[in-house]
Amino acid sequence: MFGFGILTGLLVLPLIGAVFVLLQKNDEAGARNARWAAFWTTIVTFLLSLVALARFDNAKAGFQLVERMNWLGDTIVYQLGVDGVAMPFVILTTFLMPFCIAASFYSIKDRTKEYYALFLLLETLMIGVFASLDLVLFYVFFEAGLIPMFLIIGIWGGARRIYASFKFFLYTLLGSVLMLLAIMAMYWSAGTTDIVKLLAFKFPSGMQYWLWLAFFASFAVKMPMWPVHTWLPDAHVEAPTAGSVILAGILLKMGGYGFIRFSLPMFPEASLYFANFVFALSVIAIVYTSLVAMMQEDIKKLIAYSSVAHMGFVTMGLFTLNAQGVQGAVFQMVSHGLVSGALFLCVGIVYDRMHTRMISAYGGLVNKMPLYALVFLLFTMANVGLPGTSGFVGEFLTLLGSYKANTWVAFFATTGVILSAAYALWLFARVVYGKLEKHELEAIPDLDKRELALLVPLALLVVWFGVQPGGILEMSQASVDGIIAAVKAGVGGKLALMN
Amino acid sequence: MATAIVFLPLLGFLIAGLATLLAHKPAAAKDVLAFGNADHSAHAGHGHAEHAHDDHHDDHHAPEPSPHAEGVSRFAEVITTGFLGVSCVLAWAMFVQVALGSGAPVRVTVAEWIHVGGFVADWALRIDTLTAVMLVVVTTVSCLVHLYSIGYMHEDPARPRFMAYLSLFTFAMLMLVTSDNLVQMFFGWEGVGLASYLLIGFWFKKKSANDAAMKAFIVNRVGDFGFALGIFLTFWLFGAVTFDPIFAGVAGQAKTSVSFLGYQVPALELAACLLFMGAMGKSAQFLLHTWLPDAMEGPTPVSALIHAATMVTAGVFMVARLSPIFEYAPFAQSVVLVIGATTAFFAATVGLVQNDIKRVIAYSTCSQLGYMFVALGTGVYGAGIYHLFTHAFFKALLFLGAGSVIHAMHHEQDIRKMGGLMKKIPFTATMMLIGTIALTGFPFTAGFYSKDAIIEAAYVAHQPGHVYAFLCVVLAAFMTSFYSWRLWFLTFAGQTRADKHTYDHAHESPLVMLIPLAVLAVGAIAAGAPFVAKFIGHDYESFWKGALFMGANNHTLHDMHDHAKLPSWVPWTPFVMMVAGFVLAYFFYLKWPELPKGLAERHPSLYRFLLNKWYFDELYDRIFVRPARCLGHFLWKKGDGMVIDGFGPDGVSAAVLRVTSRVAKLQTGYVYHYAFAMLLGVAGFVTWYLFSGGAH
Repeated sequence: MFGFGILTGLLVLPLIGAVFVLLQKNDEAGARNARWAAFWTTIVTFLLSLVALARFDNAKAGFQLVERMNWLGDTIVYQLGVDGVAMPFVILTTFLMPFCIAASFYSIKDRTKEYYALFLLLETLMIGVFASLDLVLFYVFFEAGLIPMFLIIGIWGGARRIYASFKFFLYTLLGSVLMLLAIMAMYWSAGTTDIVKLLAFKFPSGMQYWLWLAFFASFAVKMPMWPVHTWLPDAHVEAPTAGSVILAGILLKMGGYGFIRFSLPMFPEASLYFANFVFALSVIAIVYTSLVAMMQEDIKKLIAYSSVAHMGFVTMGLFTLNAQGVQGAVFQMVSHGLVSGALFLCVGIVYDRMHTRMISAYGGLVNKMPLYALVFLLFTMANVGLPGTSGFVGEFLTLLGSYKANTWVAFFATTGVILSAAYALWLFARVVYGKLEKHELEAIPDLDKRELALLVPLALLVVWFGVQPGGILEMSQASVDGIIAAVKAGVGGKLALMN
Repeated sequence: MATAIVFLPLLGFLIAGLATLLAHKPAAAKDVLAFGNADHSAHAGHGHAEHAHDDHHDDHHAPEPSPHAEGVSRFAEVITTGFLGVSCVLAWAMFVQVALGSGAPVRVTVAEWIHVGGFVADWALRIDTLTAVMLVVVTTVSCLVHLYSIGYMHEDPARPRFMAYLSLFTFAMLMLVTSDNLVQMFFGWEGVGLASYLLIGFWFKKKSANDAAMKAFIVNRVGDFGFALGIFLTFWLFGAVTFDPIFAGVAGQAKTSVSFLGYQVPALELAACLLFMGAMGKSAQFLLHTWLPDAMEGPTPVSALIHAATMVTAGVFMVARLSPIFEYAPFAQSVVLVIGATTAFFAATVGLVQNDIKRVIAYSTCSQLGYMFVALGTGVYGAGIYHLFTHAFFKALLFLGAGSVIHAMHHEQDIRKMGGLMKKIPFTATMMLIGTIALTGFPFTAGFYSKDAIIEAAYVAHQPGHVYAFLCVVLAAFMTSFYSWRLWFLTFAGQTRADKHTYDHAHESPLVMLIPLAVLAVGAIAAGAPFVAKFIGHDYESFWKGALFMGANNHTLHDMHDHAKLPSWVPWTPFVMMVAGFVLAYFFYLKWPELPKGLAERHPSLYRFLLNKWYFDELYDRIFVRPARCLGHFLWKKGDGMVIDGFGPDGVSAAVLRVTSRVAKLQTGYVYHYAFAMLLGVAGFVTWYLFSGGAH
């Protein structure tokens, strides 16, 4: 096998694009070049990821497309590879990126090239998170991703962007410090940071609990789980549209990915031990944030809270430790990436026109924007988990899994289907339905071609994966089965406790 | 053929929907400035009912120019109605083949859907007699409603959208009744919920319509909460969500108990109760009924199709489909029985005093659905489905007739402002008369057979609560007769109370609306007698062919035909009740019209209690809606704002500021201060090192 392969290509391509973008002049033409260069970079990256997808074999549980180079001596290696759990997220990242670039075409007017360069850098870092097979490499990507996002919110954000970006930074930093300590401890214990080897290594029971907690601190913040979720609404509200799309679409998934890549298979005893704790937080997240979402006055905040609730389904599903729950969680993450990304695009579209996100500033949009109303309705329905949309499959499977694990959890989490309908439809009724009474809205134009080109593919995918979820489920199946088997093997005698 | 029946309406929806969208495109491509003045993109149109309420602040008196070319509307109407016509013909052919003939159940796998671990749910169609009955009900009524809507909606500029929604609904409903597993049923279940949401809120400029649409969806979701839990339990119990493996395994699980929320409960009882919760939501049963009357905000054809004939009967279908589970869950059967009986009684009492023509019929629907559940609860599933079948005809007839009245009266819906319309719209009046006698169970009409069967079943049943159920349905039969005749007398008989202008201009509806009425009227009269032997009589076995399951100890159906078990006065009770209701209504509303008014004045609290629907809306608002909002607000401001942020990031940053300012004060600049601090530090470190025994 060669030292560098297709995954390295995915990491390097956006970087090359970023450098090219930065080399553009600081004038109108330069800005235009930057835009299009960024756009085509992301398209090419996406195409390359499709090649990776074509070479990927769903039937294998282990890592594929592996490439390896010694980096710092031979203890810390540059090692990449994907399995059925990582692959969906790599594709999701490369897929969403062109949408983010195109969504920013007209809304970003200052420091254009820095903006696009940061986005391309972010793409590299995010792919790196999902493709790393070395713990230190993973950590570097995981934490470095903070910086571009911090800058995107801090520079191109709304009025309270400084507060939001520091809150974002503080929370995530706290978690990562603990994770770094854990990584060092793991190195001292196992003698390697190679993830493949670590997956085969059995950590002593007592140590597992501490490591699990340290990783949990980091992943819980990223998810975000209740009660460390309060950075998310602020970050979303202040972030530019594309920033929100990436935040909701990809960054939140890093936490879930971390759980499934590290916490479950490496610390199985601790995962079993803390499962009820995670269930409790998840159920609180679902019920609590749904109730809070209902009362929001800001559209973006509402969707941000709804994201927290949906991530609650993910954490709940992961710790059910059965196939339905875990695969449902993976599916839910991908689906939420598409749906919440699309919802934030929808908010961005009216924000670009009216420069407000207040629900009370809208009403009756359907009278002027029937196409907008239609796509917004579709994504709203996907958000409430209507069968036939991708939102249903993940929600249903995680709940199904949770019922097996604990009926209390399933009972309270299922109330989420009522509450989500309440906040989402109420939002829709207040923004889209009704008479057009606000004078300022009289001249609001419907979706233009660019916006349609952004939303229609997402809409089609949301319906497609709702009707044919097999594409994602089959991809993750073998790997998830492998991980669950590893957990079961890891807990050994305590197997009876599980399901 | 099965695939065509189900997917033709979907195709109709997609084509009509696309045509609607494409017709929009030029408008969407225009730039901002052109939109400032152009009002023609207004999509809503002035709805019929909206006209009645919003005249003063609606300056669009002239019909708005349609956003669609006339051609697009016509195209959408023809495509959707045509496809449904074909679907309907095929459905009847299927009925003849599967139900009347001896054809085996049809099974078609369309595609894979969700496969995870041992969980398998596919897109598959399963047509046995039960489904075949539902297919003809759904496609027939839907086809007629499509046709009727061409006339009823002809002033509405958004009618292609309307036709598309109707077809979408029909597709979802067909998916529901043809499902071969619980998850696909859930798909259809929520799909019809979506269509219902869209159609109730069709006139989206009206706030009341939006609220009603939202309420319908959310209340249904409460039911779906139970349905979903029921599916989860069923899967973990049987390892499958497909019907055949479930039914095959039921007997083996009869004694199983499972832990649910800390209690050990019989598994099948729990599954049946949870699934029935879904049925309660969809079929607007007592406690989850509040959305149905409000759903009357939708255009009248919608009320006829969705909120009378098809969607609301989905719950009845579900329980009948799952009869093998319910047969092993006697407690759940009693629950079904009692809830159904309570609904039949409760809704009838409310129907007595309503003044909106559509709301009277809506409560009547609610009450009749209660009848169906009584039949299911007694274990005579055939009678429940039989009533579903006959009810679809006469209730759709009544709703479409009401639509014709509303159309004639220029969107007046208050029956106190009608009267004497027999002279102006005799055809509609006759059709409504037929619907009324069928609903009240006049001998030899469709309703007569099915309703009598239910009352008899309630009498001879063994389930706890059957006496209560019997009393409820008998009293409800009396009230049904009373409110139905009240409606008919107030609308069509006597002197008119309408204002002269409206009355003079009242006119019979166009032919395209009258034909569906006539067809349904034929059904309302003739759908009973030819099928009585098949649904609940001698041909039971050869007709159902095992689609409905009755346990070994379930003899209720047999006992209904046994004169030793059924005293001869029982079959007469519904007839007596019907006559009593008629006579009372006749005296109240034709002979001595002051009497009911006086009665209402003498018992104001009872009258208001009924008029306000037992205050359920107010109660739910107090105990659910408002607390949820308060809690949401509290958690947001206090939970997130004060506690989490207060002790979290905001608190930390404030603390950091405080600490750094103190640290700054510590920096005094004197070397000996620093030296002292260093010494302290070293001493502390050494102490810790020694005590922790670190040197190893």
